[in-house]
Amino acid sequence: MTDDALDASAPALEMRGITKRYPGVVANDHIDLDVCRGEIHALLGENGAGKTTLMNVLYGLARPDEGRILLDGRQIQIAGPSDAIARGISMVHQHFMLIPVLSVAENVILGAETMSNAVFVDRHEADKRIASLAARFGFDLDPDAKVGSLSVGQQQRVEILKALYRDARILVLDEPTAVLTPGETQEIFALLRRLAADGRSIVFISHKLYEVLEVADRITVIRRGRVIGERKPAETTEEELAELMVGREVELTVDRGESHVGEPVLRVEGLRVADDRHHEVVPGATFEIRAGEILGVAGVAGNGQDELVQALIGLRRCLGGKVTLLGRDVTGLSPRGLNEAGVGYVPGDRHRFGLILAFPVYDNLILTSYYRPPFARGLMRNDSAILESAAAQIERYDIRTPSARVLTSTLSGGNQQKVVVAREFDREVKLLILDQPTRGLDVGSIEFIHRQIIAKRDAGTAVLLVSAELDEVMEMSDRIVVMYRGRMVAELDGRTADKGDVGLLMATGGQAAATQKEAWA
Amino acid sequence: MGVSGPDTIQRPPARARKAIVGAIRAAAQPIAEPVVAILLALLVGAVGITLCSGLLAGHKNFDVGLPAAAYLALLGGVASPDGIASTLNYSTPLILAGLGVGLGFKAGLFNIGGRGQFLFGTVGAMAVATAVGVSQSSYITVPLALLAGAAFGAAAGFIPGLLKATSGAHEVVTTIMLNYVFVFVTYWAISGPLSLPNAHQPITADVTNRNAALPIILGQDGHAGILLALVAVPIIWFLLYRTTLGFEIRSAGANPDAARYGGMRTNRLIVLTMSIAGLMSGLAGATVLMGVVHQIEPGYDTTVGFDAITVALLGRSNPVGILFSGLLLGAMRAGSQTMQVQAGVPAELVDALQAIILVFLVVNALRHWLDRRAARRGSTPAVDGGAAQAAEAVA
Repeated sequence: MTDDALDASAPALEMRGITKRYPGVVANDHIDLDVCRGEIHALLGENGAGKTTLMNVLYGLARPDEGRILLDGRQIQIAGPSDAIARGISMVHQHFMLIPVLSVAENVILGAETMSNAVFVDRHEADKRIASLAARFGFDLDPDAKVGSLSVGQQQRVEILKALYRDARILVLDEPTAVLTPGETQEIFALLRRLAADGRSIVFISHKLYEVLEVADRITVIRRGRVIGERKPAETTEEELAELMVGREVELTVDRGESHVGEPVLRVEGLRVADDRHHEVVPGATFEIRAGEILGVAGVAGNGQDELVQALIGLRRCLGGKVTLLGRDVTGLSPRGLNEAGVGYVPGDRHRFGLILAFPVYDNLILTSYYRPPFARGLMRNDSAILESAAAQIERYDIRTPSARVLTSTLSGGNQQKVVVAREFDREVKLLILDQPTRGLDVGSIEFIHRQIIAKRDAGTAVLLVSAELDEVMEMSDRIVVMYRGRMVAELDGRTADKGDVGLLMATGGQAAATQKEAWA
Repeated sequence: MGVSGPDTIQRPPARARKAIVGAIRAAAQPIAEPVVAILLALLVGAVGITLCSGLLAGHKNFDVGLPAAAYLALLGGVASPDGIASTLNYSTPLILAGLGVGLGFKAGLFNIGGRGQFLFGTVGAMAVATAVGVSQSSYITVPLALLAGAAFGAAAGFIPGLLKATSGAHEVVTTIMLNYVFVFVTYWAISGPLSLPNAHQPITADVTNRNAALPIILGQDGHAGILLALVAVPIIWFLLYRTTLGFEIRSAGANPDAARYGGMRTNRLIVLTMSIAGLMSGLAGATVLMGVVHQIEPGYDTTVGFDAITVALLGRSNPVGILFSGLLLGAMRAGSQTMQVQAGVPAELVDALQAIILVFLVVNALRHWLDRRAARRGSTPAVDGGAAQAAEAVA
């Protein structure tokens, strides 16, 4: 930073000794990070490790207490996001900053309009630039399409296009794959590689190990606000990264052990369910789960799994068929009725169904048992019992929160999910329905929740596990059924099933597997 | 806030100061918004008064001192024994109905039917006074009439609740429509079953002659209804925060999907909450009849149902907040006549102030709602552990 001349050998971006303190916590503790031109640099860390804070510092959203930032070897002060953008630093947030009713092109130029005069936007010039950028980097986007009509993956590409339109040389992506399907993820990776080949620098924030290994040139791991290590993908493994990230050895695959299967708990016969548009998306599901076993449902998202689960917990009407729980007909029971019959449920969308974010943690821990003793005494709440039980659950389920009275919205995603898990696992249930129980969580939390599931199974609970993560279904299930267009097209043994076979069944419905289906029906 | 990390040991004075600052913040945070809305409304009102003093016909100069004079007169009108009694009289129905509207807000229901529920409650109380008041002493008639007011109000709230629970009809639409129904039910009642025989116009008897007037307990006309309002505040608070029903109501309001999944019977909740809201408005109607107006005259109507919405918003649906906002709006009404006489500023200024307060509150509420909706559209909020702990440190 002594010379004014541009230092060509300097990294595109250097962050030196960045320290950011919040009351009671050091979010960034002397973090060093450098990103070269044409490099995809992954920033890996658990939820709450300080990744987002560091990027907020870079983007001018947070002012560091210590440290400096160098761009092309020259020290700079970043006053705010617009300053950062002017210097070629752009950020693609997890939550897109797009206006759904405007077109792709309008969204792209918004805030960086090319004016033909003082009043009118030069749409022609703008369209030309957008088209040339799109062609150069292989964007498959219709500039006139309304953003609201695009898929999530396409919207993300609009965000990236927005950054490129502003001549971003350093592009920060905050967990870009969290909302994408595997196919979309591959597309975004290809795009990032093209951008890097063009000489742009990319900071890729993630907590998914395999993704980081796949796409990054270099990986910096941070934990509790400090840089723990830096690795090249070729020189490391998922296991090592996980250990760096969490600070202890992590079992990426929890040992499911032997299952001791007992009596049938849930029997579903010919269950028919329709979606919101009255299409019968589950035209007849038949399966059985016995005590002490985990039945995994594999399937590409949107093959009726959501509707099936909602019907099983009473949130969606059954059009036909029969559901039996421990020999008792529970078809069409209300959520409360099923809850009392011994069904526990961890919803896939924890913010919509699982939690009331505006409530404190202790209220969320009793959301499905608030009306029962000891939490209720007659018509009254028994707050001392509620708090006492909350303290015990926070301890037992390792929920990282300053206290039970904190609003649930302030917890990290992993800890929010532990609140749901604690609530549903800690009561007497015969059947646990788990819908994507580890979605969006970091490896430490995933390991913890997987252990809890195994423990529950070993205690004799029947578990239905629905997950879009095929690996999770493969690793956890004693038996696997593949769901395709609302039907159970195959059943496999969880310990011997081949991932390729299951993937093929998920994609095609597996005509070849028809015989297997007969075998267990 | 301080910049000391967790490993720095804080000296006691610093910690004490931090605790005090934290306590003040915690206390100020929930009331900051309403207080700012009130101050802004007073400011806008002052500008309006000044402009009117110069621009209206017959006025020559802008009277910069007029707003201060008006507000002082308003205060002066409240700060006397009669002013206090009058404030309490005005506040009583606002607090009662405001508690009902606030309860609805907590459950995510927007009850605009306060007007109809109030009127139907008035009819209920009058019916009891007419039917039993001649033969029974006031010890029996007064409680019975209050009960009838509450029951009629509850019935008026029950209807939109039931409509919503069974057919999904939105309560905003149904309660507005039902307001008209109850206005005409009231006219029918005073010209039919409740009309005073041999009167020149459709009018009811005077409750004082039917042993159904609320006793005067303060000054010349401060009636006992205020006690009812003061008792209702802790009761509704207790209901909301100490009972399982209150937990259900708050859950249904904060996240209806999660409430349904949690096994709460949301349809039953809607009916129950709307009924309680109607009960409170009906009770408000009964106290006004039995404590202030004493008989139902032709064209009898009320603005309490709508004012209660401002009261509930200003009090942020919190029973204690509603108590204070009800008292404030009641005081403004009580002082408005004095202001008109002493400062020459029309009493209707109070309506304007109330409306401006509402505008500021609604703008802010809209902003919060949009924020929440935006946050909900994303999948995971980008809150990391640092922010969580920072939030706890502030709270």
